[in-house]
Amino acid sequence: MTGPAPGGTNAGPIRVRGLNCPNCGAAIQLRGFQYTQRVICDSCCAVLDAHDPNYAVLQKFSERMARSKPLIPLGARGRWKGQPWEVIGFQVRTITVEGIAYSWHEYLLFNPYLGFRYLTQYDGHWCDVTTLRGLPETGSANGRPTARWRDAEFKAFQAAVAVTTFAVGEFPWAVAVGDRVIAQDFVCPPLMLSSETTDDEVTWSLGEYVSGDRVWEAFKLEAGPPSPQGVYANQPNPLAGRVGALWRTFGVLLLALAALFIIRVATAANTTVFSAAYTFTPGRGDTVAFVTAPFTLGGGTSNVVVNMEASVNNSWLFVNYTLINEESGAALDVGREVSYYHGVDSDGSWSEGSRDDNARISAVPPGRWFLRIDPEGPPTGSPIAYSVQVRRDAVGGLPFVFALALLLLPPLLTTLRSATFETKRWAESDYAPVASGDDSDSGDD
Amino acid sequence: MSTVSTSCPNCGATIVFRWAQAVQATCGYCRSILVRHDLALERVGESAVVPLTPSPLQLGSEGAWRDAPFTVVGRLVYEWERGGWSEWHLRLGNDSSAWLSDAQAEYVVTARVTPESDLPLVDRLRPGLPLIHRHVRYEVTTVTRAHYVGTEGELPFTSWDRAEVTFADLRSEKGGFATIDYSEITPLLYTGEAVELSQLGLSLLRTFEGW
Repeated sequence: MTGPAPGGTNAGPIRVRGLNCPNCGAAIQLRGFQYTQRVICDSCCAVLDAHDPNYAVLQKFSERMARSKPLIPLGARGRWKGQPWEVIGFQVRTITVEGIAYSWHEYLLFNPYLGFRYLTQYDGHWCDVTTLRGLPETGSANGRPTARWRDAEFKAFQAAVAVTTFAVGEFPWAVAVGDRVIAQDFVCPPLMLSSETTDDEVTWSLGEYVSGDRVWEAFKLEAGPPSPQGVYANQPNPLAGRVGALWRTFGVLLLALAALFIIRVATAANTTVFSAAYTFTPGRGDTVAFVTAPFTLGGGTSNVVVNMEASVNNSWLFVNYTLINEESGAALDVGREVSYYHGVDSDGSWSEGSRDDNARISAVPPGRWFLRIDPEGPPTGSPIAYSVQVRRDAVGGLPFVFALALLLLPPLLTTLRSATFETKRWAESDYAPVASGDDSDSGDD
Repeated sequence: MSTVSTSCPNCGATIVFRWAQAVQATCGYCRSILVRHDLALERVGESAVVPLTPSPLQLGSEGAWRDAPFTVVGRLVYEWERGGWSEWHLRLGNDSSAWLSDAQAEYVVTARVTPESDLPLVDRLRPGLPLIHRHVRYEVTTVTRAHYVGTEGELPFTSWDRAEVTFADLRSEKGGFATIDYSEITPLLYTGEAVELSQLGLSLLRTFEGW
């Protein structure tokens, strides 16, 4: 019987290797097994060839490299999306847009059975990134690149040259400070599709926006994550789902309001309980007040509308009504003015004001009532004929208009806030809407 | 599985063929590359020490691809300017070969197919170049110039040439994968798909210290 061949099914577990940095002597553990091609010493930042028997130093730390401290320490192991992952590498990558450098952090996560994934962090915004196994379909719409992946449509966000500006830990590729790729991002919140292109390779990856709290919880980190600043490219709009829901609710409430209005119109008594015509003669002294004959207001407590129509002609009439209850003497006061002016000037004929008016007195209990009418008018001029009509339980549109405005408020404000969020998102992109009224920009031309 | 055994002409160790059709084997003891003429083995060279691998796969691992059970019977290790990868030789139940490539823990299974049209010339390769095969549109995503650094186990062809060879990797939208191997005058086309190891129902895997 022959034993199993070496390298066959009973080869032992793959061991973690350790080494001493040939540059500074610090102990380094290779957590990525033989996947690791480059290891960057945590102490002296020397880039070592992990496949070289002597761990040749390929690059030494220079002052140009801005040393950056990872928020998740190298070697930290956490449970992410149900699987254990270990942080083995950390790099800082930088793009320069209009002379301003923007840097983000990338944590390389490793599991020997599952491979690699990345957590990226920019200004407190985190993304969980995996390399795509397929190829997204790229195209363009309205002169703007688009990408499609598994039924999700992505819009181009930004394209720039990304440079590795700092790295520490282990990498399964030949990482070097100064590595350059053309990075292009497409967004479909909470997802982001990114391509990295070199002369002989294009790599696509898919990122999902995740909260810093989730990262902190997964890796059991101290204190709290940095709070996110501004709006990130693929940060989900917290209002995106609510805008639609609010408008749908508004639609339902609008229908209910319309139904209420119809019911109100159909059931309103709207009866004329008193009607009379009078004349106001100017220059008859201060007090020309009089009372009307009593009338009955029926039904329950409801409104009363006093309608006045006056033959004012380049003139005015003010009437103070007092609705007085015959039995209790309760009095409800309302003063109204009608005025109507017209003429012809260089622009043609004009008119201003109106000859009629409605005064609404709400919540009037039923009973026998009469009106005290106290008219005031210009001291001189021709007499003004006017009529007064009292209606009980008239339907007014104003409460409904007011209710409509109240109902409109939440969806309208939320739509505006959501639009503001999107404006902030796209302001950081290559496709920022042209700012209006920005004098500093136009001044450059 | 029926196995054939013979002994290494160099060191006398027993060579067990897991696959009857193997053309080449590597002695697990002295690393002699042995080309097979029926049962007689000719030593044609010596494999370099196969670099330690972090892959959970090993010779003898078993699994299934597209419902066909397979055994891992051999392996080629390639190296290129910026890294290396393994091509595990899978012997499928129907006696055909497939390849499980393991590059930085990204796994792809492919099998050789006959191209429907001429494959692109090597000097025209660039990312984005399209190739249609069986109504699937692939695009070149990676062009690699690599060479063998070692072999293990049994292979369906001989492989001791150390010359640099160009490979083009292509991907399709639905996760389809193709490789064009420019090692011969007529390039060879392999098609298949990206896989997760968990999809292959693997057994007899290696373990990792600490995991």
